[in-house]
Amino acid sequence: MSYDTLAHVIKLGGTVAFFGIFVIAIIYALWPKNKARFDHAASLPLHDSDTPEV
Amino acid sequence: MTSTPFTTRFKDDDSLFYISIILGLGFIWSMFAAHPTGVSALLYPTLEMHGYMMMFFFLLGILAVVYKVGDGVPKIDQSEYEDGVVKAGVIATTFWGIAGMLVGVIIACQLTWPNIFYFDNLPWTNFGRLRPLHTSAVIFAFGGNALIATSFYVVQRTCRTRLAGGMWPWFVFWGYQLFIILAATGYLAGVTQSKEYAEPEWYVDIWLTIVWVAYLMVFMATLYKRKEPHIYVANWFYLAFIITVAILHLVNNLALPVGAFEAKSYSLFAGVQDAMTQWWYGHNAVGFFLTAGFLAIMYYFIPKRANRPVWSYKLSIVHFWAVIFIYIWAGPHHLHFTALPQWTQTLGMVFSIMLWMPSWGGMINGLMTLSGAWDKLRTDPVLRMLVVSVAFYGMATFEGPLMSVRYVNALSHYTDWTIGHVHSGALGWNGFVTFGALYCLVPWLWKKKELYSLRLVEWHFWLATIGILFYITSMWVSGIMEGLMWRAYTDLGFLEYAFIETVSAKHISYIVRALGGTLFLLGTLIMAYNIRMTIKGRGLAEALDGDVPLAKKPALPAAQPILVGE
Repeated sequence: MSYDTLAHVIKLGGTVAFFGIFVIAIIYALWPKNKARFDHAASLPLHDSDTPEV
Repeated sequence: MTSTPFTTRFKDDDSLFYISIILGLGFIWSMFAAHPTGVSALLYPTLEMHGYMMMFFFLLGILAVVYKVGDGVPKIDQSEYEDGVVKAGVIATTFWGIAGMLVGVIIACQLTWPNIFYFDNLPWTNFGRLRPLHTSAVIFAFGGNALIATSFYVVQRTCRTRLAGGMWPWFVFWGYQLFIILAATGYLAGVTQSKEYAEPEWYVDIWLTIVWVAYLMVFMATLYKRKEPHIYVANWFYLAFIITVAILHLVNNLALPVGAFEAKSYSLFAGVQDAMTQWWYGHNAVGFFLTAGFLAIMYYFIPKRANRPVWSYKLSIVHFWAVIFIYIWAGPHHLHFTALPQWTQTLGMVFSIMLWMPSWGGMINGLMTLSGAWDKLRTDPVLRMLVVSVAFYGMATFEGPLMSVRYVNALSHYTDWTIGHVHSGALGWNGFVTFGALYCLVPWLWKKKELYSLRLVEWHFWLATIGILFYITSMWVSGIMEGLMWRAYTDLGFLEYAFIETVSAKHISYIVRALGGTLFLLGTLIMAYNIRMTIKGRGLAEALDGDVPLAKKPALPAAQPILVGE
């Protein structure tokens, strides 16, 4: 495989893969079912206690 | 070794055993390093100084381990948070902050009055050696300690579990201090590989790699044993910061030492590849050290202090991934109009402009978290400090993409505008968010009702704010002025100004800059005093945990109930 072919595959594959992962992250963030979990997570710092759970 | 799972290998009890192996090997290496034999001694500083220093510190470490296991292997109490290492980090952050900012004021004065700070026979006082000392001290010593300390605090609280790894967190803390000391003394002695923000030579780089891998392990193992099912967004940012800095550090510092016991090394990269690698590193140090790491601080301390949930958790996820995917490409904007291919410059420029979105996403999320608590800005100077830091974050990340546009860069590059931009980010964003976090942490960690004095926080806030304004406005003026002077032509097509004319034109701006820096340093000194008095339990800093000193106990039988928690 020549350098040019390799570079082409990496550039194209990288762009598609990165864009795909980013789209998945956005879908995850906007997925309606996750709303409850995110609402809980948004106030996580407010609920921490003085001792860890064992 | 591979048959046992990672979590059991990384046992609390084993930690001191592995730490002492690292310290022992380090000691043996430094014994050889302390006795240089090579011929390069004539050309370059030898390892003699660092060899003896490392022998001393590794021996000290081994003695500390021996002392620690004197009464048997220390038992780790899983029902308590590991706050000792966070306390140490708070003190180290304050100490290095003062040191780094003091050196900043000194070099600002050197630039303003070159004669009074010039010593012929003291090469280590030269601007060229003090400048990397300043940048590394404020970024890596002050900022780095703030990130390590807050990450250790935040990951425990948001995962509701004690730090993993037994004594490893302490190895990370002290190992990082040793890295700082080696780097700083190296710069003064002239040991440098001359890569901006990556000046330490190969052996210091290897030491940092060991410390950083331990840091990553502690952080990941703590996440692994978390009791809270969801990994809070601040931990995402911390993890991105730790992993990316590790990769950047490893790649940019690939180098071949002249010998196993020689200080000098040569980079594996050359020419434009070297420049591109360096600024891929340099800009992502900004992106992942000074942005992602400090956004993690923002995402814990602002909601906590304002007592409000994160405004939009969805936005935090989206802008996290946008920062990750976009920042990594922005480096080439440091190399406009150089030998770097133009398409690469354009790529860096486009990605820098795209960064407006995630940056402002983070800023909006931080500011809007105050919805319903805006009135607290009037009464709580600590929260105000945190919020103003986010405002400066927004300003600096607006200015940055603007300056990355090639034709703006043609005016701004190599001028003081860049210095002003960097400091609006470093002083305004990184400095203020760290101060805010420290002001929160000290009463929480030392179990006090409040800080020693909120009035002193007000003084700190205003001195520092005015200091920043002096700093950035004077640098805008001098930067744009010198940029315009450099490109001014006469009617006959000659350059209108000699370089020295542009230098002397900046004198007034440099005085204002030195004044601004001094005010900022003064604020930090006030903070250090406030922290010290809070720890001592003076003023408003009454003890919370019932262990009130006799003298401070209320005389009347109708004693106030002692509040626990909160």
